[in-house]
Amino acid sequence: MAKNIYSKPVIFTILATLAVLSGSIVVTFVPMLTAQMHPKLEGLKPYTALQLAGRDIYQREGCSFCHTQTVRPLKTEVLRYGEYSKAGEFAYDQPFLWGTKRTGPDLARIGGKYPDEWHKEHFENPRAFFAESDMPAYGWLKAYRLDPSTVEAHMKGLGFPYTPDEIAVLKDKTELEALVAYVQVIGTAVSQKAAAITTAPIKVSEHVPNPLAGNPKAISMGEGLFKKHCEVCHGKEGVGGIGPSLKSKGFLYVQADVPDDDYFEVINNGTHQGGAEDGRTEKGGMPNFSGTLSKDEIWALVSYIRSLQGTTGG
Amino acid sequence: MSDYQYDNQTVKKFIISSIFWGVVGLLAGIWISIQLWKPELNFPPLFTYGRLRSIHVNVLAFGLVLGALMGLFYYVTMRLTKRPLVFSGLARFTLYLFNFAIALGCVTLLQGYTKSLAYNEFEWPVNLLIVILWVLFAIVILGTIIKRKEEQMYISLWYFIATIVTIAIIYIVNNLVIPVGLFKSYSIFAGVNGANVEWWYGHNAVGSELTMAVLGIFYYFLPKSTGLPIFSHRLSIIAFWSLVFAYLWTGAHHLVYTPVPDWIQTLAIAFTIFLIAPSWGSVVNGFYTVGEDWSKIRTNYLTKFFILGITFYGLQTVQGPTQGLRVVSQLIHYTDWVVGHVHMGAMGWDALVITAAIYYVIPKIYNTEIYSERVANTHFWLVLIGQLIYSITMWIAGIQQGALQKLVNPDGTLKYTMGEIIARNYPYWKLRTLGGVIFVVGMLFFIYNVFMTIRKGNALAASKA
Repeated sequence: MAKNIYSKPVIFTILATLAVLSGSIVVTFVPMLTAQMHPKLEGLKPYTALQLAGRDIYQREGCSFCHTQTVRPLKTEVLRYGEYSKAGEFAYDQPFLWGTKRTGPDLARIGGKYPDEWHKEHFENPRAFFAESDMPAYGWLKAYRLDPSTVEAHMKGLGFPYTPDEIAVLKDKTELEALVAYVQVIGTAVSQKAAAITTAPIKVSEHVPNPLAGNPKAISMGEGLFKKHCEVCHGKEGVGGIGPSLKSKGFLYVQADVPDDDYFEVINNGTHQGGAEDGRTEKGGMPNFSGTLSKDEIWALVSYIRSLQGTTGG
Repeated sequence: MSDYQYDNQTVKKFIISSIFWGVVGLLAGIWISIQLWKPELNFPPLFTYGRLRSIHVNVLAFGLVLGALMGLFYYVTMRLTKRPLVFSGLARFTLYLFNFAIALGCVTLLQGYTKSLAYNEFEWPVNLLIVILWVLFAIVILGTIIKRKEEQMYISLWYFIATIVTIAIIYIVNNLVIPVGLFKSYSIFAGVNGANVEWWYGHNAVGSELTMAVLGIFYYFLPKSTGLPIFSHRLSIIAFWSLVFAYLWTGAHHLVYTPVPDWIQTLAIAFTIFLIAPSWGSVVNGFYTVGEDWSKIRTNYLTKFFILGITFYGLQTVQGPTQGLRVVSQLIHYTDWVVGHVHMGAMGWDALVITAAIYYVIPKIYNTEIYSERVANTHFWLVLIGQLIYSITMWIAGIQQGALQKLVNPDGTLKYTMGEIIARNYPYWKLRTLGGVIFVVGMLFFIYNVFMTIRKGNALAASKA
């Protein structure tokens, strides 16, 4: 036998094919026919026309060469990015865009982390936000408008539901707006707020006063941290920008002061659309710093913000 | 000899075509490596990192390597079957179809038409052309083998057959798409299933084209250029069947810690470890073959290409399985380490063996000698040094990236932000460009040598006529 097959090319080819198929059948073809490979989270929605157009641009520009879209169930990864990726999140992802390389950060939990304005300005000039970034600028996308009929054909191809109005408005949308719409929906099928709070290494119980209130050393430390992490959105000395002004005592869009620990909570956990802090509704868009800043650093930031408001807080 | 002349020209034209695509792919590689530390070198919309990286990978994998392999498969198959190709005209047609498909793929990728599947970015019309190309290629190779004038099929032919079959299966399945435009489609596979299919494809595209096929080339040209018979026929048999069997189970080691079912990941990791055995079967066979007379490494300039090539294959096939282990994957996955790994295989194993085979084939076709062994030696040392600088820098960078991402402060918060980690990559990214440039200069020496040999051959033929 062993000697024979090497002089019988047809039989040899059949045997080689069977060898190749064995693994293929067990690890790829059979699982494909089972439910375990087609999970879908409850509440997961297909992409809207604008989001799909954005996803097309994400694909076209090769974003997934530098950005992954899977948070692994590892401690530091969950801390850095948020809740680890669930199998059921990707049911409408054709193709999946998990990527293979993190030249930049993972984007599996980017949706809702920052406001739209942040993304637009960051696409325009990534290095204004992160001096070390080597990301190409994508502001040029705003010079291109979407083609509604192309997007409609894509929606049809994937069998996603849409309304004629939804398609009609696309003609006034730029590629940049579409890309932002897609980025803002990534990973939002999984609740972020709960994950951010449960994974935060630092927790502060309600109504704890700031132990560093009015401490001049803490205020100067807070100033340094503010320049590094906050200024890009909240402006120089907290005058406001993409994010709200911190000089007034308004908090979460209500003009009335709140205790220091509310500030702590928001810096620590971020804000999330639909979330609430001290009875005030969150719009989302403030990233959480729970993985990055220590307890003292966050309190120092609160001290600095209070100094901008001309008080020591409470 | 004249019977073979037409087919030999097909072989030569495949080699020249592959060199052309090689230059395109290598220059794209240098460019994107600089873009990583100098983002000002992105020129949207066409010449951004995101577009050029597709060109780099696909034009090298399908233009340079596949083109060279098709030419070399034709050449070796004729010699091992002791006859010209069965359908010479069809073989020549595959040359044109090949170049058309790669050119179309290259232009459309630049325009941003991509399926976003790793090692398979070309859009559906290009996939269709490549499927037709592959079927015609299979007809010529398998037809020639069936009509052979030599009873036994030599080892190389086994690997050729396995390559043809594997690529056919994985390429067709992973290209099942819903076309929604002339150059736009969506994979029929979604989410975790899509990921599983893609990496079953991705890993085995490397496993067939860059491994099985190149092993077939290695098993033919090593004995041919050294004059030494393969050390153990039995070992070749064991290594072949276990490699072909085990490879296709391992794709999900690219998906460790992702939401793909754990059992698929674990099975893939187990088979990946097993794969060390057949891989090293060929490594041992290669070493012991030259071991019969080590002086060949001095006296025959091609021997060192094959020995270093199989050495890097050996290192690659230990490093790869190690990376599959969960504990290692944790650290190095998604980092530059993996980039270093891939490039050791491509620049160390594949490039050395394929260029050596071309050095052997071109003079044979013209019945002459290589233009310059000195140029070939310079080429050898430059690509070796370039590759080592490249891979080693990326391994160090990768470990650093992985480790810094994992470091935490005593209170449990992360020690480094992503920005702080990126800032530390720049020296390594610059060194990588240096390694790449040295490698490409080495390849330019190779190209010069090949063209001067062809010129010499043409002059010789003219003087005889």
